[in-house]
Amino acid sequence: MTTHLATERSGRRRGRSARNPAGRAGYVFVSGYVLLLLAFGVLPTCYAVWLALSNSRNQLVGLGNFTRTFADYRFGPAFLHIGLYLVVWLASLMILVVLLSLMLHGRMRRASTTLRFLFYLPGALAGVASVLLFLILLDPAASPVGWLLKSFGWNTLAQVNAPGHLPVLFTVIAFWTGAGGWIVVMYGALNSIPDEILEAARIDGASTLQIALRIQIPMITKWIAYMLILAFAAGTQLFVEPQLVSLASWGMIPDSWSPNQLSYQYAFQAGDFNGAAALSVDLLILGLACAALVVFRTGLFDREEG
Amino acid sequence: MNDDVPVSSRRRLRHTAVAVLGAVSLLVLAACGSADPTPTTASSPDAFEPVAQKEGSEITVWADATRVPGVQAYQKAHPNVKIKIVTYSGDANGANDLQTKVQLFDRAGGGWPDVAFSANVNDASWASQGKSPYAAPVNQGVIPQSTLKGFADGALNPCTFNGNTYCLRNDLAQNVLWYNKSLMEKFGYSVPTTWEEYQALGEKVAKEHPGYLVGTAGDAWSPEVYFWASQCPASTATGAKKVKVDLRDAKCTRMAKLLDTLIAKGSVSKDTVFSAGFIKNQASKVLMLPGPSWFGQVLFNSTFKTPKGQVAAASPLKFEGDTKNHTGNVGGGLWFVSSHSKNLKASADLVTWMTTSDAYQGTAGTYPAYKKAAVTWLANQKKTGYFAEDVGPVFKESAELIWPGWAATQYSQEAIYSSTVVPALNSGKTLTETMDTWQTAITNKAKSLGYTVN
Repeated sequence: MTTHLATERSGRRRGRSARNPAGRAGYVFVSGYVLLLLAFGVLPTCYAVWLALSNSRNQLVGLGNFTRTFADYRFGPAFLHIGLYLVVWLASLMILVVLLSLMLHGRMRRASTTLRFLFYLPGALAGVASVLLFLILLDPAASPVGWLLKSFGWNTLAQVNAPGHLPVLFTVIAFWTGAGGWIVVMYGALNSIPDEILEAARIDGASTLQIALRIQIPMITKWIAYMLILAFAAGTQLFVEPQLVSLASWGMIPDSWSPNQLSYQYAFQAGDFNGAAALSVDLLILGLACAALVVFRTGLFDREEG
Repeated sequence: MNDDVPVSSRRRLRHTAVAVLGAVSLLVLAACGSADPTPTTASSPDAFEPVAQKEGSEITVWADATRVPGVQAYQKAHPNVKIKIVTYSGDANGANDLQTKVQLFDRAGGGWPDVAFSANVNDASWASQGKSPYAAPVNQGVIPQSTLKGFADGALNPCTFNGNTYCLRNDLAQNVLWYNKSLMEKFGYSVPTTWEEYQALGEKVAKEHPGYLVGTAGDAWSPEVYFWASQCPASTATGAKKVKVDLRDAKCTRMAKLLDTLIAKGSVSKDTVFSAGFIKNQASKVLMLPGPSWFGQVLFNSTFKTPKGQVAAASPLKFEGDTKNHTGNVGGGLWFVSSHSKNLKASADLVTWMTTSDAYQGTAGTYPAYKKAAVTWLANQKKTGYFAEDVGPVFKESAELIWPGWAATQYSQEAIYSSTVVPALNSGKTLTETMDTWQTAITNKAKSLGYTVN
């Protein structure tokens, strides 16, 4: 095995150096992406960092904007809200997506093409449009599932939107709009597991549960980690859901429910772009920290074992 | 080569990270300025200096879908004026698109619309502030004094800051007491004239005709309907960017107690009149409803579809201990002329036409702020025959009864009420119990926008 790998590697090395001009073509292919990434990703980030460290008179202020926004009365609640939301959202995403894709892969092979398509469908709708759909679903008077809401004892939109329900409510919306795509991705990941391994396990007497826990899930850990990083980053930046649900409920949700909304309030209500930038840099650091943690704990970017 | 890629890339990553950290900490250490956001200059420059004017140049007009047909009518009547019309939300229902965009235009140094309509009556509070305020002080040679004097008394209060007028008022939204005349006659009730009678009738309705309503407390604008009328100092300007917020004042608590009693009895709803549930289940059970003048056409006629000849308006209520009745107002649109406009003449003419002309205001959906247009408007309302009684005298009377102690502020009382008080009401708390939370919410929001609260 080792010898085989070694020859394969040296073969690849030789191949690459021989096709050196073709290597340059790669740069051409990524150049378009890199340019856009620079213009719309890297430069705005650098500008945000600069804004966060300076004031409106372009003087450096160190961490002044960070301490100032940290002391804001809305800072704590906003991060608490998003923290609660992330716990509910990430837990339900991980468990349900993995569970559903395992079931699609193992139990329902015949119906799985149709189901995969159905799962993916809401994700194909533009995010905002899906949220708008939910605005109707959440009003007991207009909702087709009004009976369900009423069975919980919620007879008006105001009762559905009670502050304590919001993290769960946004999770339901986010799951509906975003999880379908992940189920398709996980299904693909499960497909990459060689059939021989599963067959060997089955011959050895492993049950479906044992196969899932001992073979399938460990073999798609990297995919789950990847999902975790992206879902965490998207979750901390929650904006559309609270903003739209707030508009639809005549402002029952505070205008700075999530940190991203607070940042928006700073920029556009108070005209304080530096404070807004400090808040978005906070979110950037959180996202990077989570990504770093997950990447190093799961070895996401390690190319080969051993 | 392949084998050492991870190691060298990791090393490179570490080097980059160290370099970035070093650069950032250098920047942090190099701090020398203060982190305070620029204190907004409270007093705007004394004299307004227009930018270089270009006669006959195109003007850009931002208006909401309701006002766009008016602008198009102006365009038709004035084919020589070049107008670019942009339809936007008009800042209705608590949107703040205009402010958002103006902040960006200020940063970019261009792009401001020459004329903008806003349905948010508070918008002049930010449009009149800053180093170069977006709104032009129209009283400084942009629009003649004679025109400004033609508006109803106090109509331009939300436009006036530091003695300058920064906008023209499109419509008034003075509150009156709406009631269903047919139902009142059927039940044998007479229309109350004081809040005490209103409360007594509310309690009676709850007992004799359960399910019927005399008001709603779940609307975002409930503070402006009930607490403004009660002369509660929830937002009293005491100077430039200084407000007094005192919800413990007896004039606030008396209204809170009144509403709490009626909410407990069930004749005041915790819902908002525009919610789908309310329209479906309660619209036909509205006996009385204190609310703005636009409720007549917009709510009763278009939304509730209450049949013709049932709805009437009565004078705003007063407290027995007070000498005079007062009322508040819910919204009332504003027209701005941009201080950056290259064609102030055309912009001012359009704004004047939109706010004062009988041709447009006489048939608008809302009560005109301009006195002469209001006369025409009321005559037209009478012609529609929708109301059970002529609303003219009541509208005219209440237009002058708006209590001046409630200031237009950069923060929205509506947003604060609906995000702090409405959820509390729906979780079973009373208004009286929520007053402290509400007080803190207003104070915090005001301070966060640079107001001094006392």
